[in-house]
Amino acid sequence: MMQWLKDLLNPQPLVSPAPAPAPANPPSARWKQGDTLAKQLALVIDLNVCVGCHACVTSCKEWNTSGSAGPLADERAYAADPMGTFFNRVQTYEAGVFPTMDTVHFPKSCLHCEDPPCVPVCPTGASYKRAEDGIVLVDYDKCIGCKYCAWACPYGARELDEERQVMTKCTLCVDRVHDEKLAPEDRKPACVKACPTNARLFGDVKDPTSEVSIAIRERGGYALMPEWETQPANQYLPRRSMQSGSSGEQA
Amino acid sequence: MNPAMSVVVFTAIAGAAQGLVVALAVATLIGVPMQGGFVAHALLLAATMATVGLLSSFGHLGRKERAWRAVLMWRTSWLSRECLVLPAFIGWTLLWWALLPAEGAAPLWLPLGALLLAALLWLCTAMIYACLRFIQEWAQPLTLVNFILIGQGAGLVLASALAAGADEQALLARTGPAALGVLLAALAARWASLAHNAALRPKSTLHSATGIRTPQLVQKSMGMSAGAFNTREFFHGRTAAFLKNLRWLFLLCGFVLPALCAAGALAGGPGWLWALAVALQVPGLLAERWFFFAQARHPQNLYYQVVS
Repeated sequence: MMQWLKDLLNPQPLVSPAPAPAPANPPSARWKQGDTLAKQLALVIDLNVCVGCHACVTSCKEWNTSGSAGPLADERAYAADPMGTFFNRVQTYEAGVFPTMDTVHFPKSCLHCEDPPCVPVCPTGASYKRAEDGIVLVDYDKCIGCKYCAWACPYGARELDEERQVMTKCTLCVDRVHDEKLAPEDRKPACVKACPTNARLFGDVKDPTSEVSIAIRERGGYALMPEWETQPANQYLPRRSMQSGSSGEQA
Repeated sequence: MNPAMSVVVFTAIAGAAQGLVVALAVATLIGVPMQGGFVAHALLLAATMATVGLLSSFGHLGRKERAWRAVLMWRTSWLSRECLVLPAFIGWTLLWWALLPAEGAAPLWLPLGALLLAALLWLCTAMIYACLRFIQEWAQPLTLVNFILIGQGAGLVLASALAAGADEQALLARTGPAALGVLLAALAARWASLAHNAALRPKSTLHSATGIRTPQLVQKSMGMSAGAFNTREFFHGRTAAFLKNLRWLFLLCGFVLPALCAAGALAGGPGWLWALAVALQVPGLLAERWFFFAQARHPQNLYYQVVS
C-alpha cells in the first residue's frame, strides 16, 4: 500500500512523541583526535545506479526539517532568489566525450570522516564525532555560528541555517538509525529508505562482513579528496562502464 | 572565500593595536624617555582599537549571546585560543595603563607581559588560517609572518604619528626608522606570499573531488538552481580585474606610499607625513585583509561550479 494511504488509515505522529534522539551522549563518548573507533556508520553511494532523481534530497529535507531539532530554514522559498538548508545534494557531471560519455549523478553529503578536520577547530565543542558509531554531529544548542567548521571542511558538507544561525549538517539520521521503536528495516537514514534504485547503502564500515564493507572491498569503493587524509567514512562505488571502457582508467 | 567585513576589520585593527603596544613596550624596556601622559593615551588608544576589533568579531557570529562558549576548546582550536588571548591582551594593556606611575616608567613586568600577549595573539590569529591545510593560500608560514609584520608596521606608523603629534622626539627617533624598516619588510613578505599563491597548483581537482577519472569531466549541475550557504560563503563574486586593482591598491596604500611618507618624514619632512601614512594605511590594510580572504580558493568550490 502507498505510504501516504497507510498513514491516513493508521495515523501516527511524524516524530515519535517521546523524542528518541541519539542515545545519551556523555562527554566521554566523544571521539578525540588520534582515536580509532570500533564502529563507523557510513553510506556507500553506488554511482552505477543513481539516476539523479533527488528523492534522497527531498526525503532528507523532509525528515530533518520535521524533527525535534527544528526546521531547516527555507528563505524566500517562492521568490526569485530562494535559499534553503539541505544536508544532501545530488550533483550531475558529464564524463568523457560523445559518443563514449557518461552522465554521472553524484549525491554528496557529510562524509563522516574518520579524521574530521571540522571537529577540532570548533571553538565551543558544538561539533563532535560520536565515539560509539563515528557519526559527526553539531550540538545546535552550543553552536555560536562562527562558520569556522565549514571553512575547515574541504567537501562543503556543512550549511549554516540562516534562520537558526547555527551550523547544520547530515546527521546520518541519528534519530532514526538507533530508534528501537522503528522496525529494524526502517532503522536507516531517510535518504537510504527513499532511494528507488538502491544506490545508497548504509552500515558499519568497520565490520568486514557488513554490506557496505563488502561493497567497498569487492567493487572498488573509493574516498573523495584522499589527498587531505581526512579518511572519509562514506565511500563511492565507481561506474563499471567507465572502469572497463577504453576512456577510463581504474577509478 | 567571501570576506566577512567583521573579520577583515577585526584582524586589521587588532593587528595595528598589537603593533602599537609592542612599540610602546619595547620603547619602555630599552628606556626611551616618554611623558607618562603620552604613554597612557597611547595605551588607551591601543586598548580601544583592540576592543573595537573584539566587538567587530562578534559581527561574524550567528549566535552572539553564546560567544562565551568560544573559549572552551582551547586545547584543540586556534580560534578558541584567540578568544582567550584577545581579552587577556586588552585587559593587560588596560592594567599597564592603570598602573602607570605619575613619574617614570611602569614596572618592567607590565611591558614584558604585553609583548608576550601581543605575540601570542598574532600566533593564534594567524594559525586560525594557516592550520587549514587544504586552503593552500593560507597554509604557509608566510601567513604568520605577514600577520606579524603588517600589524607591527601599522603599529609603528601609528606610534610615530602619535609621537610626532605629541612632540615625543626621543620615541620618534626610534619608531620612525623602525616603521620604515618594518614596512619594507612587510611589503617584501606580502609580495612573497602573493608570488607563492600565484605559483600554487591546487592539490584538489574535479577528478579527486568526485573520483571520476575520465580526462574530460565537467559539472552540469551543482544540485540546486538557487544559492546556498556553499555559494554565499565561499565565493566573493568579484571579477579578476577587481582583485587585480585591489591588489595594487593595498600594495600602494598599505605599504609603498606609507613607506614613502616615512622616508620623507625621516629625511626632515614635516611631522604630518606620519599622520598621512596612518590615513593611507586605513584603506590599504583593510583592502589587504579583504584580499587575503578573497584570494583563498576553498576546495569545496570544485563542487559548486555550474547551476545548470
